[in-house]
Amino acid sequence: MEYNEILNPGLYNYWVVIFLMMVGFYIVIARGNLVKKLVGLNIFQTSVFVLYISIGKVTGGTAPIFGEGISVFSNPLPHVLILTAIVVGIATTALGLALVIRIRESYGSIEEEEIHAQEEDF
Amino acid sequence: MTAHLPILQIIIPLMAAPLCVVLRNRDIAWGITLLVSLISFAISLMILDQVLTQGVLSYFMGGWPAPWGIEFRIDVVNAYILLIVSAIGAIVSIYGRHSITREIPREQTTLFYTAFLLCLTGLLGMTATGDAFNLFVFLEVSSLSTYALISLGKDRRALTASYQYLIMGTLGATFYVIGLGLLYQMTGTLNIVDLHDKLSNMDGSIRTLQAALAFLTVGLSLKLALFPLHLWLPNAYTYAPSTITAFLAATATKVAVYVMLRVFFTIFGVDIFEETGLAPVIMGLAIVGMFVASTVAVFQNNLKRMLAYSSVAQIGYIMLGISFLNVTGVSAGIVHLLNHAVMKCACFLAMGCIMYRVGSVRMENLHGIAKKMPLTMAAFVIGGLSLIGVPLTVGFISKWQLILAAMQADMMPIAFLILLSSLIAVVYVWRFIEVAYFKAPADGDTSVKEAPLSMLIPLWVMALASIYFGIDTDMTLGVAELAAEMLVGGAP
Repeated sequence: MEYNEILNPGLYNYWVVIFLMMVGFYIVIARGNLVKKLVGLNIFQTSVFVLYISIGKVTGGTAPIFGEGISVFSNPLPHVLILTAIVVGIATTALGLALVIRIRESYGSIEEEEIHAQEEDF
Repeated sequence: MTAHLPILQIIIPLMAAPLCVVLRNRDIAWGITLLVSLISFAISLMILDQVLTQGVLSYFMGGWPAPWGIEFRIDVVNAYILLIVSAIGAIVSIYGRHSITREIPREQTTLFYTAFLLCLTGLLGMTATGDAFNLFVFLEVSSLSTYALISLGKDRRALTASYQYLIMGTLGATFYVIGLGLLYQMTGTLNIVDLHDKLSNMDGSIRTLQAALAFLTVGLSLKLALFPLHLWLPNAYTYAPSTITAFLAATATKVAVYVMLRVFFTIFGVDIFEETGLAPVIMGLAIVGMFVASTVAVFQNNLKRMLAYSSVAQIGYIMLGISFLNVTGVSAGIVHLLNHAVMKCACFLAMGCIMYRVGSVRMENLHGIAKKMPLTMAAFVIGGLSLIGVPLTVGFISKWQLILAAMQADMMPIAFLILLSSLIAVVYVWRFIEVAYFKAPADGDTSVKEAPLSMLIPLWVMALASIYFGIDTDMTLGVAELAAEMLVGGAP
């Protein structure tokens, strides 16, 4: 890939996507706090939403609504797909947080290290 | 009516799930679950019959034709997987009644059945759908209900196991969506067949294509627990309620393998798949997984955990078959998919019976258990022999087929490795048999007796199935070969 191509301002959103993806992924792996892990997971998923919405953009196109004198629309399908993915993401987060509450109830902690220590004693 | 079978298969469990919540009675909920899973099984038998006589079934959601609308497309491959999933679902719901009453708190039982039905919906939906994004939605339906089901285990470690699975499962599913987004970017379609048509003209050296394949492979490998991405599996299987362990071990990873087959062979096609050089990587991981997971299984004292590690090893065999990229190899992979579902279901159902009577599946608590529960142990022995691959059991058929594939591909050392890893299976199966048959019971405790009949019958159905399909291979191997020829496209 040419140097100019990498700095192409049209690719700006893809750099945002990659940055968010890596940040989210890093938090999931590196943080020991169970809630923080879920936050990281959310950032990771959000990056994918941005990716899909970027794919749907058509240069010069307007919002996909019929109107006078409009002939170029952005592609509405990725938006619809990502709406589904957002709902899935919310469900996952809700379930994850519910699990964290139950873990806190039975272990008295939401730190991975302390939970591991308790499991080894068992 | 028969034209609507593909959708009825999914709609019936989906609609029955909220019904269980509304009625709030655990006997009615169990009745509904049993009825629905039996109906699903009957429907999948009819679908398989239709597919074998009429060819591919294509069902358009709401009358919108593919590639615009969502299509349910059922050919030999998914008809076969639908049958496995719904059959295991039916067996497990007959079995589950006593086991669940014992292991799940009373107030959560109806919700348990709801989650079980949703899980069944998701797995059947993943199998039936011909739309790659729709597949993701069903994947999440099944995954979310699976996390809830696992967290219902008695031990508090079920909660952390479920949490860990949630994190890794969501990462896997998100990777799948990223890969799909890249494919959509290149082709503008989400329909699996349409994707194949548009991708088949492309060159395997396009970087976006390679990235998409990488994301899809890693995402699905997490879901199907390919070594070294299997870390969620041992805990999830160990601490989940017994019924759910049997169900998941036999279906969830198998459906993920099916999706992997679709991605590799139907979406990308053998040629692109070969050009990107992914097959040797998968072959390597599969072989390492076979050995490492089997070896770890030898050192486990918790039997459910031992069988969970054995599952990771068996997934290695399935993926090894697929990575040969020839008809014999892929059909070995597919036939082992069914065979492993049958034998692992039998083993885990036997664990459930022991859990029901003894309340533990740790080796030290099970000395001489065979004298108290002879029928359960006999069924476990049949399952164990299958895991090893002794002739006259299903395990032998798959290993034989795998070795044939290795010889066809001129890879004799791999055939040798398959035999060698089977020897490790002998060790871990024998360890439990020795404890169960040859150790004296610890005390004069007479409270432990044979499991109730409603648990023994499903267990023996699975045990006898693993012998029957080891002798009469027309149905299993025949269909698997048909499916493999279709996937690989008749190439040698």
